[in-house]
Amino acid sequence: MSETFLGMPAFPDAAKSAVRDRTLRRNLRHATRTIRDKRAAAVAELDDWQRLRAAGRQIKERTLRHLDGYLVQLEESVTAAGGTVHWAADAAEANAVVADLVKATGEREVVKVKSMATQEIGLNEALAAEGITAYETDLAELIVQLGHDRPSHILVPAIHRNRGEIRDIFRTEMGRWGRPAPDGLGDDPDGLAEAARLHLREKFLRAKVGVSGANFLVAETGTAVVVESEGNGRMSLTLPETLITVAGIEKIVPTWQDLEVFLQTLPRSSTAERMNPYTSTWTGTTGGDGPSAFHLVLLDNGRTETLADEVGRQALRCIRCSACLNVCPVYERAGGHAYGSVYPGPIGAILSPQLRGLQTETDASLPYASSLCGACYDVCPVAIDIPEVLVHLRERVAEQGGSGHRLERAAVRAAGWLLDRPRALAAGERAASAARGLAGAAHGRLPGPGAAQWTSSRELPELPARSFRDWWRRNHG
Amino acid sequence: MRVALFVTCVNDALYPGTGIATARLLERLGCEVHFPQAQTCCGQPQFNTGYRRETEPLVHRMADAFAGYDHVVCPSGSCVAMIRDNYPRMGRRARAEGRGGTLAYAAAELRPRVYELTEFLVDVLEVVDVGAYFPYTVTYHPSCHGLRLLRLGDRPRRLLEAVEGLRLRELPHAEECCGFGGTFAVKNPDVSTAMGVDKAKNALSTGADVLCGGDNSCLMHLGGILRRHDQPQRPLHLAEILASTRDGSGTSRAPGAPGASAPHGRSPA
Repeated sequence: MSETFLGMPAFPDAAKSAVRDRTLRRNLRHATRTIRDKRAAAVAELDDWQRLRAAGRQIKERTLRHLDGYLVQLEESVTAAGGTVHWAADAAEANAVVADLVKATGEREVVKVKSMATQEIGLNEALAAEGITAYETDLAELIVQLGHDRPSHILVPAIHRNRGEIRDIFRTEMGRWGRPAPDGLGDDPDGLAEAARLHLREKFLRAKVGVSGANFLVAETGTAVVVESEGNGRMSLTLPETLITVAGIEKIVPTWQDLEVFLQTLPRSSTAERMNPYTSTWTGTTGGDGPSAFHLVLLDNGRTETLADEVGRQALRCIRCSACLNVCPVYERAGGHAYGSVYPGPIGAILSPQLRGLQTETDASLPYASSLCGACYDVCPVAIDIPEVLVHLRERVAEQGGSGHRLERAAVRAAGWLLDRPRALAAGERAASAARGLAGAAHGRLPGPGAAQWTSSRELPELPARSFRDWWRRNHG
Repeated sequence: MRVALFVTCVNDALYPGTGIATARLLERLGCEVHFPQAQTCCGQPQFNTGYRRETEPLVHRMADAFAGYDHVVCPSGSCVAMIRDNYPRMGRRARAEGRGGTLAYAAAELRPRVYELTEFLVDVLEVVDVGAYFPYTVTYHPSCHGLRLLRLGDRPRRLLEAVEGLRLRELPHAEECCGFGGTFAVKNPDVSTAMGVDKAKNALSTGADVLCGGDNSCLMHLGGILRRHDQPQRPLHLAEILASTRDGSGTSRAPGAPGASAPHGRSPA
């Protein structure tokens, strides 16, 4: 089974080993740069991209502002269409609802459509504890599951693996889960895809229960929408008798007309496709067509708390396209696992600490896992100002004190005192210049907080003979 | 034209040569340059590390220091971006927290008068050829805040292309962050260094003598990496290139020769 992120070290430590892993660095550089360039080309094709982006932002903002009303409307629409709505305040509640629903069917296995919400709540592990096996059917999720691995990307969870690694995983693991990999399996993409197809087909044909997430929930009709590329999602959504969908409460769009905007921006942002290959929509149940029972589990799990934060709430606009991961220089080098969450990269750095709280060392380290370069904000199709939220969350981390932040605050206050007194600052600069060449400074090693972290890989600048301030006074005074 | 120079704390303490070059360049172009002594720091490092409330006095200090100047010119894209993007944001937050509109007023009053150096040259003075002479190969790193927050676009490039003797080399993956990121450089030193090493490799691949930029903090990081690896490529602020002249009068380090004395440890004359 896939592993969890519990007990992960804080970001700087986790990233340290990732940065040194040459295979990982090569895999990530190749994958992110390829998709980055493709996305840029796909977006450049549209003259009205910035207007689509603004529209997406506004639709999400308005929906979140009136979320209470839309949720009730959604429940009414789903119920009227023959579905059943369940409300889950947290992961434990959601997992219990799903486990009970599966047990009520008498089944012991489910096929899964790729879903971030079910990873967020650890559904597979919770079902396993109840004796229910969940089979991931998305190709990349299958690779992660067979490899006893953790996802490292929202859209491409096995992005950290190369073809050779995937072949090895298929060869050793497929047989334990069902149909083994064909003899003589190589590392060509066609052969790997065919092996996955054969392995998954028997799961699709046998499954009586499907579990999915949803990219969108249309309030006016109670329609759930899944956007995917492989068709494996469509198989899992249509072949089983019972379909259980777990979705965050922020996935609502009011109308089908709103959906039109996101069905343009999501494919181009995520896979650089003009039109998404498999867009499945279903509204409750239809006799003789698809599942005869449909359950929608609406998940809060920290979302209401996030919505209450005036600056942080924009993270709830996210449509999980992962463009911000692909463009992020920190993600490219640290990899997804370093973020200690199913939501890695820039969006993960603002979403995970809000959904889970800032108490753990990992969550408190995530807002700092960015150079604030702003590339994420530029590509975001719903214009989430990720750097703004990162800085805001840093403020919350600093306020709660703990691990070094008390010392940091003292240093900031001392600097603040000095920076509010230009004469004292000038005197300090003169003293520093006079002392240059003394002690460690001559060797580029200065004492003080952060000095060791700087000089382990970089030389320090030499102190000038005098500050600009002094030069000005001598020449213009 | 009467111009106030906002030199920035990093340039004041570590890179006075950039401040001197900016002042001389502006004077050469006919400006009357003032240096208000009350200025210190825009507060960007503190703000970006999560100390918004501690940064607020500096907003007032900046607004007071530059009161009465129609043009405040700064040789740092990220410090200008701090004033342009974050000062109004701080003002809005203070108001939302029920602490009145004084901070928002100070921010709004200062904001439209502050220009990054290349903005001021190209948009206000409307010059591209500043009469500089710099006979070296140069590659230009457009720092993130100049690129994505200020949208400086091709202003730096146009200025560099007009410099006599200068041969500009394209920097591969120029739009990618160098990994400095303020306190990011010490809070996440491994990722920061990995980004910096990649940027330095790209800069070295151009074969340029000089790695030029508009933000000395980024150049401090890249210069520190280049020096650690004993690379002769010199980081140099754009202002120092634009200030260089044929008779060597414009720069602090006459003549502005790459490879002379201490790399990136520039001392005023």
